Amino acid sequence: MNRSRISRRDVLVGSSALVTGAAFSTRVMSAAPPASPVTPALIDAAKKEGKVVWYTSIDLKLSEQIGKAFEAKHPGITCKVERTGAERLLQRIGQEYTANVHAVDVVNSSDASHLVYWKDQGLLEPYVPEDVAKFYPAEHKDADGTYASFRVFLCIIAYNTNLVKKEEAPKSFADLLDPKWKGKIVKAHPGYSGTIMTATYQTARDIGWDYYEKLAQQNILQVQSAADPPKKIALGERAIQADGVEYLILQEKESGQPVEPVYATEGSPLIIGPNGLFKAAPNPNAARLFQSFSFSPECQQLCIDIGGLRSVHPQTKEHAGRTPLSQIKLMKDDAAAVLKNGEQIKARYVKIFRV
Amino acid sequence: MATVASTAPVERRRFGFDVSRPVLAAFAVILFALIAMPLSWLIYYAFTTKAGAFTLDNFHRLVSDAAYIDPLLTTFALATLSAIICCVVAAPMGWLVARTDMPLRRTVRLLVTASFVTPPFLGAIAWELLAAPNSGLLNQLYRELTGAPQGAHLMNIYSFSGLVFVISCYTFPYVFVLVANALDRTPGDLEDASAILGGKTWDTARRITIPLALPAVLAGALVAFLQAMTLFGSPAILAMPAGFHTMTTKIWSLFQFPPQPELAAAASLPLLLLTIILLRAEHMVLGRRGYSVVGAKNSEPRIVLLGVWRWVMLGLAMFVLMFPVFLPYFALLNASFSRVASHLVWFNNFTLQNVHFVFYELSATQLALRNTFILGVLAATAGTVLAMVIAYVYVRQAVKGYRVLGFLATAPVAIPGIVLGVGLFFTYTRPPFVLYGTLWILLIAFVTLNMPAAYQQLQSAFKAVHPELEDASRILGASRLRALWQITAPLLRTSVIATWCFIFVGVIRELSAAVMLFTSETKVLSVLIYDLNESGDLAAIAVLGLLMLILTFGIVALANTLKFGGARRLSAIPS
Repeated sequence: MNRSRISRRDVLVGSSALVTGAAFSTRVMSAAPPASPVTPALIDAAKKEGKVVWYTSIDLKLSEQIGKAFEAKHPGITCKVERTGAERLLQRIGQEYTANVHAVDVVNSSDASHLVYWKDQGLLEPYVPEDVAKFYPAEHKDADGTYASFRVFLCIIAYNTNLVKKEEAPKSFADLLDPKWKGKIVKAHPGYSGTIMTATYQTARDIGWDYYEKLAQQNILQVQSAADPPKKIALGERAIQADGVEYLILQEKESGQPVEPVYATEGSPLIIGPNGLFKAAPNPNAARLFQSFSFSPECQQLCIDIGGLRSVHPQTKEHAGRTPLSQIKLMKDDAAAVLKNGEQIKARYVKIFRV
Repeated sequence: MATVASTAPVERRRFGFDVSRPVLAAFAVILFALIAMPLSWLIYYAFTTKAGAFTLDNFHRLVSDAAYIDPLLTTFALATLSAIICCVVAAPMGWLVARTDMPLRRTVRLLVTASFVTPPFLGAIAWELLAAPNSGLLNQLYRELTGAPQGAHLMNIYSFSGLVFVISCYTFPYVFVLVANALDRTPGDLEDASAILGGKTWDTARRITIPLALPAVLAGALVAFLQAMTLFGSPAILAMPAGFHTMTTKIWSLFQFPPQPELAAAASLPLLLLTIILLRAEHMVLGRRGYSVVGAKNSEPRIVLLGVWRWVMLGLAMFVLMFPVFLPYFALLNASFSRVASHLVWFNNFTLQNVHFVFYELSATQLALRNTFILGVLAATAGTVLAMVIAYVYVRQAVKGYRVLGFLATAPVAIPGIVLGVGLFFTYTRPPFVLYGTLWILLIAFVTLNMPAAYQQLQSAFKAVHPELEDASRILGASRLRALWQITAPLLRTSVIATWCFIFVGVIRELSAAVMLFTSETKVLSVLIYDLNESGDLAAIAVLGLLMLILTFGIVALANTLKFGGARRLSAIPS
């Protein structure tokens, strides 16, 4: 560990000073670069590099499928997927960069505040794929062109339909505190998962830490990844997930597993997972090509259809049989606040749940 | 002959330049760097503030916060219970295979070896498949048989007792091997004497055999305690879901973002101290064992005839082996080919999808396999060479300060994997040696961790080769290295191969240091499996786990084949 390594809070203090002190100058100087179309020259250059390394926190099977779709679209370029929890990615990239190891080309994190953090450190390369420039709403792309919302999904409650009857199923976070669910709940960890980090911030903000204090009395099974609770309830290991990714619940439900999503009456935490490009990417051209591919309607529709994700690309269609995003009560995402409170949230969580 | 052995080298050195001295010095430096550097950084970090000033604050925080005291107490209870269970189970088993006419004794020994080489974290994951309270196969079976309601379970692996159980499963071989070996070596005279004087079988066992084996049992208990205390994988997999930490998982969690290396260093030191104390204790216990071999060495061990009980005992031994071997292997095999990991494979849900996924879709598989293989070969080769040279120097007392070398080679025994991982991380992520992100840092970790066992093995092998052949070669003008290479090395072939394979297997199953040191490009199989466990991809783990076991058993089988081939050849050489 490098002694001089800056903590997230230090960076935050520094960067917020920068923002307040030099707001005008940065705003003027940091307009996003013009949209970059995919040119034959880019494809050729990418093929010469031959591979792209994508660090992501999307569930393993889906991330490998996205990688394979890219490989199919651009034969001769392999996509190496490095999947782990978003908070682990943050740590790993930090450690790698401290030791001057530049392995990552494109990063995708389910904790949107990470992209802000890396951008503040000057690690991200401005690059705006054509689709992002043309179609993505302003609130889903960085003003300086370093990242955009690759995936959108929810962090939800869900249950195993063999173990819980529909009419008895919880409808809200408050319902999970009922003593009858003691020992029947699985939940993931904000120290590992960006989804849970983001969701913990939103729920704590909207319904209070009190909820977590009480949930900790429910004898929960504490797993790490937000991709794990859906698997645990599909196996029947626990009846209910207090949190976990929506897209796996949709995938499993549609493949015949006995799971059912619950959109809590208090609102479901909205998770944004942006994709961004590193300046020191070892394969800069393949990275650009991958970034462009990932925001194309083709890839976005794939993420929806086989992945169960949501998309903010207006050319994509929602999947039949799923509750449209517009009909779900959402909690509001706030990457800046997560960046500011991240360490405290983790510390408080560890104190409450003891691991 | 002995006097020639000690004077001839000295005479030679005065005249011609003997290249062996600088070579030996180089090895000493390497060894020193391997061990002293990470430990120095560890201690430095533990006692300094972020600014580099001396402080005891890190320790103060450790002892005043329940978040650190609880894991310490948990670890202590865990290690104590595991050690007791291991002794209760393994000591009688060791006696059964060494001193009775129980059938299939060789098979039982082989199966214990299988549980010995099974990576403990893999065993822990397999036991998740078997005994997770609701989806575990055994608990499903229990509900099926008893008609117990949904939610009832026979055992809950996500608990303190579950963790003790799984750790004991993969720690008892240490006690077994120590006890069985001790009983193999103990001559039967004393027992014969007891029998001649009219002692009945059980009297003899109680008054002679058990006291003779007791030091080995005690030593085994200490080793088991150490193992249980320093394991990382099993508690990370089973304790954290249950909501508690052990020392190793706590140290590791201190490295998660935001990292607190000072606290991690401070938390590592108690583990290190405790290990050193226990090893001293073990040394004292084993050091007293001399009395057990008093008497003629050549008499055969006395075999107790069990009568019809022999089958009962075999049944018991097989029952015990169900837990570390049969059941977990079955669970992994089942999960590899089942659509849902918690369902038994049958015609309607048999699938090759998991295998396909691991080999054709999972992009980390190839990389992890390649890295594991490269590291296995390099660490085994480098470790064997290093251990061989040091063992030679020690046994032949070839240089001044040979004792220091011997001590250094044994010292890593006292360094738990996770502690070494932390130390190496400090050492090699900062100038002048930035090795983090390369395979070198993992190579250093693996060589260091395996050095003590490799050294012990080769040291006893060297002791068994009389120096006269080597001396003859040197009298005829060969240099020390040449004599070593041409004369001694071939004689030691068997032990060298065994050591090589031992290190290779050790590399495959190492997790605790690797998990601190890997990067995306330097991932190894054990880390990949650990990663997959965190996201609950049990089917992929099962396939990779089987692959790992096949690799391990392949190496063990190879070692055995070469060993027996070598032994035959060796017996032809008169000495």
